[in-house]
Amino acid sequence: MIKEKKSLLAREGVQTFLSSLLCIALGLIIGFIALLIINPAGAGSAIITVLKNYLYYNRAPLIIKNLGNTLVKVSPLLMCSLAVLFAYKAGLFNIGAAGQYVLGAGASLYCALALQLPWYVCLLAAIVAGALWGGIVGLLKSYCNVNEVISGIMLNWIGLYLVNMLLSSVKDPASPYTLGLSKNAPGAVLPSLGLDSLLNNNRATIAIPLAVVFAIIVWIVLDKTAFGYELKATGLNKHAAKYAGMKEKKNIIVTMMISGALAACGAAFLYLTGFEEWSCTQTSVPGMGFNGIAAAFLGGLNPIGTIFASYFIEHITDGGSFVDKTMYCAQISDFISAVIIYLCGFVLFFKLTMNNWLTRRKEKAAAKQNSGKEADAE
Amino acid sequence: MENYAIEMLNITKRFPGIIANDNITLKLRKGEIHALLGENGAGKSTLMSVLFGLYQPEEGEIRKDGVTVKINNPNDANDLGIGMVHQHFKLVECFSVLDNIILGVEPVKNGFLKKDEARKKIMELSERYHLNVEPDALVEDITVGMQQRTEILKMLYRENEILIFDEPTAVLTPQEIKELMQIMKNLAAEGKSILFISHKLAEIMEVADRCTVLRKGKFVGTVDTKDTDPDKLSAMMVGRDVNFKVEKTPAQPGDVVLDVQNMSVASNRHKNNAVNNVSLKVRRGEIVCIAGIDGNGQTEFVHGLTGLEPLKSGKIFLDGKDITSAPIRQRSITGMSHIPEDRHKHGLVLDYSLEDNLVLQRYFEPEFTNKAGFLKRGAIRAYANRLIEEYDVRSGQGAVTTARSMSGGNQQKAIIAREVDKNPELLVAVQPTRGLDVGAIESVHKQLVAQRDAGKAVLLVSLELDEVMNVSDRILVMYEGEIVGEFDPAKVTVEELGLYMAGAKRMEV
Repeated sequence: MIKEKKSLLAREGVQTFLSSLLCIALGLIIGFIALLIINPAGAGSAIITVLKNYLYYNRAPLIIKNLGNTLVKVSPLLMCSLAVLFAYKAGLFNIGAAGQYVLGAGASLYCALALQLPWYVCLLAAIVAGALWGGIVGLLKSYCNVNEVISGIMLNWIGLYLVNMLLSSVKDPASPYTLGLSKNAPGAVLPSLGLDSLLNNNRATIAIPLAVVFAIIVWIVLDKTAFGYELKATGLNKHAAKYAGMKEKKNIIVTMMISGALAACGAAFLYLTGFEEWSCTQTSVPGMGFNGIAAAFLGGLNPIGTIFASYFIEHITDGGSFVDKTMYCAQISDFISAVIIYLCGFVLFFKLTMNNWLTRRKEKAAAKQNSGKEADAE
Repeated sequence: MENYAIEMLNITKRFPGIIANDNITLKLRKGEIHALLGENGAGKSTLMSVLFGLYQPEEGEIRKDGVTVKINNPNDANDLGIGMVHQHFKLVECFSVLDNIILGVEPVKNGFLKKDEARKKIMELSERYHLNVEPDALVEDITVGMQQRTEILKMLYRENEILIFDEPTAVLTPQEIKELMQIMKNLAAEGKSILFISHKLAEIMEVADRCTVLRKGKFVGTVDTKDTDPDKLSAMMVGRDVNFKVEKTPAQPGDVVLDVQNMSVASNRHKNNAVNNVSLKVRRGEIVCIAGIDGNGQTEFVHGLTGLEPLKSGKIFLDGKDITSAPIRQRSITGMSHIPEDRHKHGLVLDYSLEDNLVLQRYFEPEFTNKAGFLKRGAIRAYANRLIEEYDVRSGQGAVTTARSMSGGNQQKAIIAREVDKNPELLVAVQPTRGLDVGAIESVHKQLVAQRDAGKAVLLVSLELDEVMNVSDRILVMYEGEIVGEFDPAKVTVEELGLYMAGAKRMEV
């Protein structure tokens, strides 16, 4: 057996990492150009502010506190990107993660505020609700051959209005928001296990480490178990999976249920901190599930990669809020992060381009070598 | 100086790691039928793709009527009057014959189609060359033979002078082949120059004036067919005298392993059953072969047997157990192995490593997965290495090679290793030698015979008559979804089989 020597660039991991960096750089450049057009004077400092996020402060306690703020939002995003990734590995594009996330928020808040249940039951309720919502997509896909993107998008809207109705019963009479958790259902707030004092931030809960643990579990399931072997085989070649006697219908449903559960659990991770309320009049599906798609791709579709990708996306989103509002309108922060997130989807494209370039180079080198050999022979 | 329609001089085309065409020269005279002979992978298709503008050669030149030309894409080829009938027809199924013929060169006036002119021209051509087609029938409704005639008319409508036929007889019945031969002769008589790609010696001897032989990308020679014979041609093609005969002792059939009773399978493509009321038995220690022309229900029969498609009616017993509605996994555990027809679609997960592919049928067994559901990577590696060694599966990086990067022959060897090593009671092998070179074909045939001699039942489905005649102990001919004849290969001729395969004769079985 001859081990082919691979150049560093040909390595899968290196390629993914470089492509991700390239996407980020391009996103920043385009964002910078947009800022230059709107107001050239502040563009440079604005883009640095976005990148600095909490480092904007120069006092350690404030930095740590704001780092905590970012991390609190990283955990739901990470869960959503894991949901997208898990389904993607089985060949399914779970754009319905956003709806499953909504169901998770609805189930956990209702159990907390209306039923006064403890946090672990609320978390479980969210997981079950998400699994059900994802399971519907899976059922439709496997038994009626309905495309999971279509049914996912439709269920996103059904879920949104369902949750709006459900949570109207536990909302604050004076505002569209649900009641505060810490006052009305303190038992449902996730425990912090000392993280609040460590990060000097009482929003920090076990959700942060739990999300990382979930990422590791997803990695183990996909890479080390027979179940993961089946899922990936189904995703790569469903005909071969069927030929090998794998139950591809069952696998599609189970995959979508797990994916939905992950997304919904992410919602519970955010809403059970007690600092985020649900607006019962909102008419758009929260972006968290969609951002999960970007994070999954930016992370190179690797569970461990998504940890860093999720952190980065949340980092720049939060950083955007520090941009000088006297120079730019309030939406500018969303705009810049949106540009970067949008370009995250290009990771696979860059990888492909890189691979094509490498093959072409190899071909040329081989042709050169061959003609060299022939010339010698003559 | 001789009058050549096309000269391909010293063509060299390289791909990474392989020289597909190494200094090949091919000269096509005006009005001749010139055969291009070679095994799979000899470089015939590459050479034709170069001529058709799909590939650019690294070296060499192409001359048309003595003038050097550059063919950058198929449009250039068309402008030079070069047309090609591909092995898999390039027709729009839901368009009529007429629409397909004019597609791309539609006659228009002020943006409106002028089909009447086209129809007139097509009818003229069809009469002149005896190419019988129904211009208004949809392509999906007409026979394969008529589809092929449509392709030929497409070339004639474009007034092509040089016609390339890429293995045109593979999908035809013996009778249709005869018609095609006549058509080709008519075309040549009218001054068209024809390149005829094939690996069937008898057809070449019958129809071609000259024959160029390629082997492993190299030019072996060009001969006049009247100065040669099939044996000499095959020696040129393979590079040695080929022993087409498979070494085996007479079969000693034992108990019935597979018993199929009145099986019917619905068709995906049309309303009728693709398999109609088929009954057959396969015993231990015999190789039973289902012969027939492609598309007569063999694929659907195998899908029904292996569980990929549900049965419409009938029963299947394996080793006495009723597996009619058993899931695929259950059939596999009961002792059925399946070497699938399409190794890329069904046989392999191409992006998985070789080792992961080798356990595709067994990964869930306690040997490879522990009670907690974790894969035993060490055991899988050891198992894969044993199979690689035993079945001589060659690959770049051993067990961790991506299946996609392996050669077709080694991919097939990997599938056979996996299916045979399962130690099945019944081995279902569908076209197991498709696309393999002669050496690999011999090794596959040896494996099948070894399985038989080990007391297994083997059901072979093949489109190659040579394989049918040489490997099997009993031949069943399938025509339009029914078994129309049963033969002892020692007592039947290829011609006789051909009549049954074409539906001209049938016996009650």
